[in-house]
Amino acid sequence: MIGRLLLALSVAPLAALLGCIIVRRPRVSEALNLIASAISFGCALPLPFLVDGKQMLFWNDYVIIDRAAAWVMLCTSIVYFLASIYAIGYMRLLDEDDRLFKFYALFAGFGLTTLVGPLMNNVGIYWIAIELTTLVSTFLVAFERVAESMEAAWKYIMIVSAGISLALLGTVLFYWSGSFVLGPTYQMTWATLARAAPKMDPVLIILAFLLVLVGYGTKVGLAPMHSWLPDAHSESPAPVSAMLSGALLNTAMIGIVRFLSITRAADLGQLPQLVLVAFGALSLLIGALFIVRQQGVKRLMAYSSIEHMGVVALGFGFGGALGVAGALYHMLNHSLNKSLMFFGAGNMMRAYGTKEIPEITGVGRFFPAQGAVWLAGAIAITGAPPFGLFLSEFTIMRAGLKPSFSWAVYVMAVLLIVIFIGFMNHFRVMYYEPGPAEVSPTRRVSAWCAVPMWLSLAPLLVLGLWWPAGVWTYLTSVAESLSSGAQ
Amino acid sequence: MLIQNLNPLASSLFSLLAIASLLLSFVMLGSRWLKNYLYAFAAESWIIAILSAAIGYYGDYPELYLIAMLTLLFRGLLLPYLIWRIIRRLNVAHEIHVILQPSMSLVVGAFFVMFALSVSFRVATEFHLQLTVAVLALTVMLSMKLIGFLMLAVRHEAISQILGLLVLENGIFLGSQILVPGMPLLIELVILFDLLIIVACFGVLVGYLLTHVGTTSTLQLKRLVG
Repeated sequence: MIGRLLLALSVAPLAALLGCIIVRRPRVSEALNLIASAISFGCALPLPFLVDGKQMLFWNDYVIIDRAAAWVMLCTSIVYFLASIYAIGYMRLLDEDDRLFKFYALFAGFGLTTLVGPLMNNVGIYWIAIELTTLVSTFLVAFERVAESMEAAWKYIMIVSAGISLALLGTVLFYWSGSFVLGPTYQMTWATLARAAPKMDPVLIILAFLLVLVGYGTKVGLAPMHSWLPDAHSESPAPVSAMLSGALLNTAMIGIVRFLSITRAADLGQLPQLVLVAFGALSLLIGALFIVRQQGVKRLMAYSSIEHMGVVALGFGFGGALGVAGALYHMLNHSLNKSLMFFGAGNMMRAYGTKEIPEITGVGRFFPAQGAVWLAGAIAITGAPPFGLFLSEFTIMRAGLKPSFSWAVYVMAVLLIVIFIGFMNHFRVMYYEPGPAEVSPTRRVSAWCAVPMWLSLAPLLVLGLWWPAGVWTYLTSVAESLSSGAQ
Repeated sequence: MLIQNLNPLASSLFSLLAIASLLLSFVMLGSRWLKNYLYAFAAESWIIAILSAAIGYYGDYPELYLIAMLTLLFRGLLLPYLIWRIIRRLNVAHEIHVILQPSMSLVVGAFFVMFALSVSFRVATEFHLQLTVAVLALTVMLSMKLIGFLMLAVRHEAISQILGLLVLENGIFLGSQILVPGMPLLIELVILFDLLIIVACFGVLVGYLLTHVGTTSTLQLKRLVG
């Protein structure tokens, strides 16, 4: 059953990719991609219910599905589905109908690589999957063919490829240290490494882990390796921004989490967690500083992604049932919420014809319904109740309240307040600042662009008011399997 | 494990090849001409191919012959050809604005090698391998990594950056051949293939840069800040 779902989930985007290339019609491509994303979503939704505490292997052990992977795939497929709905309305505004099939082919390819990334059981193949997501999404970032998006695409592929080559070096070193225990040739799966970890050399593991952390951390957008992220997220078309932020970052994060659990099996003390916490805190700081003084509306959302990946990193760094469960819950909330924010930002950008915050005025007046959703999303993304992110951030803070990490909790609390004020100030400008009178939106927003915003807000509100007990036990069992090292 | 019981001849052969490829990355550092980078990279790839074959012979890993062939084909011929095609489309022959003089970058590169040596020595001592070729392999791997990053940082022609990235990958590939010759074939094959896709993507992107930005110097990419 699970095997079939996984197969359907990955074959659907692949078929859409091929279909788009063969048919080459814009409307058909839209439909193909939408159907594929709906199938992926439909297949990923039951996965967390079906996967029990143990991991399952398929296809000669190259594919792994455990509760962590199922959870990340759920987040990814939600974003992919929402972004595919949104893309139909948004991409029609660009007047690029003759190139549109390429966009949807790439988009389906991006969905495919991001979905299957967490499924890779072989550490080397996982690296390849992450690298492929970069290559596919570079061309999505460059899709608008203006100088800014070219610049963003170049920085993206350059910085991320260079960073991820460090992860490859770390992977090779992991293999090397494993070869002292397991012999010169073995299958480098997550489980074999975790089993061999207690006998591996601590110095080499720490070196390898740091390299892997910096490498995949570049992809996650942890500061100070984040410099590509604001450019790529702000210059790509809005549905791509949503995918980059809500789906891709999680897929890379799961790699860091799995390596972290290997180091935990090796019993190296607090160092790996401490490094992750430090990166997380620094990301929050960078996010806060740039959010306060930001001028571009999409860059604002991009820095908010850095901030939230920092929060997730803090959660995994704090560890324990609370920390890991909070971080995973935060991933889901962030995926939903950041899609909503990028959708809203894309709509406003198109409606007003500018990305600059001061030039977008009177959003509430011109778009009463949609403006209200976007504003609610902004309140949610800053971690204010009654939305899901409040619960997850609060849980992560509780997890950190132990002597060794309490400093990080205080830093986090202060920075979250700064971010709240900064973020709300920008929204005040966009909603209530009088501004020059002649500014008014030139375009209306289609239902394709508005519906996904409602679709992402509703679960966010539900998850904020009610954290289902089943989800809690699910997430704590992930925490248990990660901390025991046997994934 | 191969490196622990290696005959002296093989050991010195491996060392020679590793040092030769390190020297070639210094050639890249010390030059300003894009063509020189390309030749140095191609030569480096050939050396790595020879190294793979040598390790296959001495360590009795027959699959490494295949890797050697493919390295020669992909890294030694196909990639340089692709990059040569990109260079031909540009009208730039050398780095125009130099951030760090070639002589200065040689000195910095030398410091990187020393740093890499001390790290490798520390790691190898953990395994009591400090008298084997492992130290050298680790040193070359780490210092090529650092030199690649140096090239990415101080060079700004698009081509130099692509080659810098390839030096990073070459370093890893070289080190992994000596340290973990038994690494599963599949992974090595996929990584080789992956490089090809990366360079193809870069080729397309350089074309875009030319048409839409009008330059391939990354110094001009400064619109997005803050």
